Amino acid sequence: MSMANTVGVELYQRLYLARKCEDTIIKLYPEDEMRSPMHMSYGQESIPAGVCQALKSEDPIYTTYRSHAAYLAKTMECRKFFAELYGKTTGTARGKSGSMHLALPTKGHYGATAIVASNLPLAVGTAYAIKYRKQPLVACAFFGDGAMDEGSFWESINIAALQQVPVMFICEDNGYAVHTSKHARQGFKDVMSILKGFEIDVYQLDNDDPLRIYQIASEASLKCRKTFRPAFLKISCYRYLEHVGINQDFGENYRDKSKFDDWQSRDSVAIQRERILEDGLSVKEVESLERKIEVEIEEAVAAAKEAPEPSNNELLKGVLT
Amino acid sequence: MRELTYCEAINEAIDQEMARDESIIIFGIGVPDHKKIFGSTVNLLEKYGPSRCFDTPLAEEAMTGFALGAALQGLKPIHVHIRVDFLLLAMNQLVNMISSYNYTTGSHFKTPILIRAIIGRGWGQGSQHSKSLHSYFAHIPGLKVILPTTASDAKGMITSAIRDDSPVVCLEHRWLYWATDKVLEETYETPIGIAKVLREGSDITIVGTSWMNIEALRAAEILFKHRGVKAEVIDVRSLYPLDADSIARSVAKTGFCIIADNDWTSYGAGGEIAALTYEKCFDSLKKPIRRVGFAHAPCPTVRCLENEFYPNAETIIRECESILDLEPISLSDELFYSHERRFKGPF
Repeated sequence: MSMANTVGVELYQRLYLARKCEDTIIKLYPEDEMRSPMHMSYGQESIPAGVCQALKSEDPIYTTYRSHAAYLAKTMECRKFFAELYGKTTGTARGKSGSMHLALPTKGHYGATAIVASNLPLAVGTAYAIKYRKQPLVACAFFGDGAMDEGSFWESINIAALQQVPVMFICEDNGYAVHTSKHARQGFKDVMSILKGFEIDVYQLDNDDPLRIYQIASEASLKCRKTFRPAFLKISCYRYLEHVGINQDFGENYRDKSKFDDWQSRDSVAIQRERILEDGLSVKEVESLERKIEVEIEEAVAAAKEAPEPSNNELLKGVLT
Repeated sequence: MRELTYCEAINEAIDQEMARDESIIIFGIGVPDHKKIFGSTVNLLEKYGPSRCFDTPLAEEAMTGFALGAALQGLKPIHVHIRVDFLLLAMNQLVNMISSYNYTTGSHFKTPILIRAIIGRGWGQGSQHSKSLHSYFAHIPGLKVILPTTASDAKGMITSAIRDDSPVVCLEHRWLYWATDKVLEETYETPIGIAKVLREGSDITIVGTSWMNIEALRAAEILFKHRGVKAEVIDVRSLYPLDADSIARSVAKTGFCIIADNDWTSYGAGGEIAALTYEKCFDSLKKPIRRVGFAHAPCPTVRCLENEFYPNAETIIRECESILDLEPISLSDELFYSHERRFKGPF
């Protein structure tokens, strides 16, 4: 495989793992064994897939409550993931985090937070430590466009710009905070022109083509690593499902289904599949790597269901470090 | 042994730790400026440079998250707030993030963060420059809360706090900055979570937090001089973990207990200490526990109302007399602490 092919295939693997894991959640959630509020990444997988493809495994990332895809794309593992969703001792936090606080530091996933914009300053502080310790890394924060409404967002951008630390801010712009559109929340039209006034580099993409995201994130991370100048990426995407839960909610009139149809017609997982076929992989080869991921997921779910729940004395462990 | 002020002791602890461990950084609004947080951060910028000692934007919340992010990547941050009141802007990061981060992410991380905040008082500090709020912080699982009273404890407890892998909130009363004490030159740790008997006695236990220990000691002196009452004064020193056993041991001995807390009484630390003391030694108590604390009002600025707001040694003496069924003595010849003798403002 050529280099381009390798990137394309790995990108597809990240996308497919995320999509199939969430298909599995949708299928099994009604069993009521995964008892955790699920904020599904469904439809938004390409941003974490493209960015994580551009990052090194050790690059620290901070994500949000909507972070299944980011966790899976960064770690490329789903055994601890499912075990955590099932609340088992083999999960990322032995059942203490559920869906909203996934973390796997050994793979550079430093945690997810359920309070909007609270993860941005952590990425800035981590970037400060990276620069101070002269590590060849870049820290990264993922967040939605709702984060821009928060004070912590602007505080974090200001600190990063002031200190010139290797941090990448990744805005997954799906246009909604829960059910409230940005037009009902934001007193500005062009956030990019505001951000350009800070000592940071800004990048924008109005679609969610995973290869373009990878290319932009590669360019941004390369420069950020070298110059310590923070980068801000705003990438458009579309949430296929309700804010929290596994269902569609187009009957609720807060958004138009035609938009969903438009985004789904250029679904990023499908696009990337087409692309690797065009790049020369055979249908059989693609199906084989898909099957491999499906088997991993099946085994992960089976293992998670089998694994023990934490014992009661786990409750007070880890309250203090 | 040489004497240091509380402020010098804080500075020496931080200086010695920063010299020992280059993963320690210190920052906060005004930390490296010419005032140096009342002098507690002198020489740090000069010795350790701007990458380890720096000023920050007025962004308390994000700088607190910054501290957590830096800690997760191996640094040991010290974040300084010149007033506790300003720390309220960081409550989201403190309560939703720092306190629980290690627990909810599977205990993979260490979170060695020290947050220093100064309790203001007097000369018109008013309602937004005088809060203590230690019970807020101690209420949250995952945070340690210390309030050193003496200079030697300030040095030892801050050293312990810097070396602790858990987040520690250290509350320093502005008036204590002038207090002097014998302080060892070499570095040492004073364990967090152990109360200290500041004055031994057998007739009544006075439990103090922060500045109220100074008032309690003065009250104990006067009570002994005039009535021969031997009051035992116990400095809580650490609100979480709380050394309720030492307090209960003293109360079991004396049979009487007054809690003098440097905070509002309602829903405060005094209530928690009282509850634990009742649980541990109810049968030894000859009278119900009394609490002394701030009046249930925002802190006013004018001195006459401030005098009503804050309890002092006299308040404690009157409570002791009442609980021990003694007639109130005349205190007109006694000298009480008055900050005007030291503190001419403005901050």
